Amino acid sequence: MARLVFLGRLADVAGAGEMRVAPGAVAEIMADLPGELAQALAGPKVRLALNGALVSGVVVLAEGDELAFLPPVSGG
Amino acid sequence: MAPDVRLAEAGFDPGAQIDAFARGVPQAGGVVSFLGQVRGGDDVEALELTHYAPLTLPGMRDLAGVVAGRWALDGLLIVHRVGVMVPGEPIVLVAAAARHRRDAFAAADFAMDHLKSQSWFWKREKRGGVWAWVEPRAQDHADLARWG
Repeated sequence: MARLVFLGRLADVAGAGEMRVAPGAVAEIMADLPGELAQALAGPKVRLALNGALVSGVVVLAEGDELAFLPPVSGG
Repeated sequence: MAPDVRLAEAGFDPGAQIDAFARGVPQAGGVVSFLGQVRGGDDVEALELTHYAPLTLPGMRDLAGVVAGRWALDGLLIVHRVGVMVPGEPIVLVAAAARHRRDAFAAADFAMDHLKSQSWFWKREKRGGVWAWVEPRAQDHADLARWG
């Protein structure tokens, strides 16, 4: 399995901080998520981090991968 | 000069941190510190900062490296809380030590502007028993633009 991690308000939309999913293309994984969550995750300001490194473009998850969805920060 | 960068899971004593930091840099002529604390009197009952461990502390260390490369510092300390805090509690402490004060002021200012707008923290506030996420402030991005 692979793991999706939701930060900030995305965790509220997902109802959990993380979710286990079958490995595969992220676009296909997102298509199987509830519409509201998929829409929030696909927001233009949401950055992605694969195994702790920022990524963009097409992402395919392998077994054991962790993909984090990072909304705009509001820290400090 | 290796920057001292930490995430604090529990409350910390900023005075003690600044004292220890200043004692460790006797060659510095100036130590500038900034303490950010949870703002009170705003109906805020509590504030929670969440982070993402694989990115947050590494990102803060990268920032400290940039600061140390930009100004001639004798020391740099960054301590940032995560977890639930109440009004008056420290959130973030930045201290910069330099031979001359201008470098220390600028380094601390730069570090704070970048911590606010570019570090991986998400903040929510509790008012009337209800938690709400804090959206990014346009001012934080304007502050960042000062540095070019």
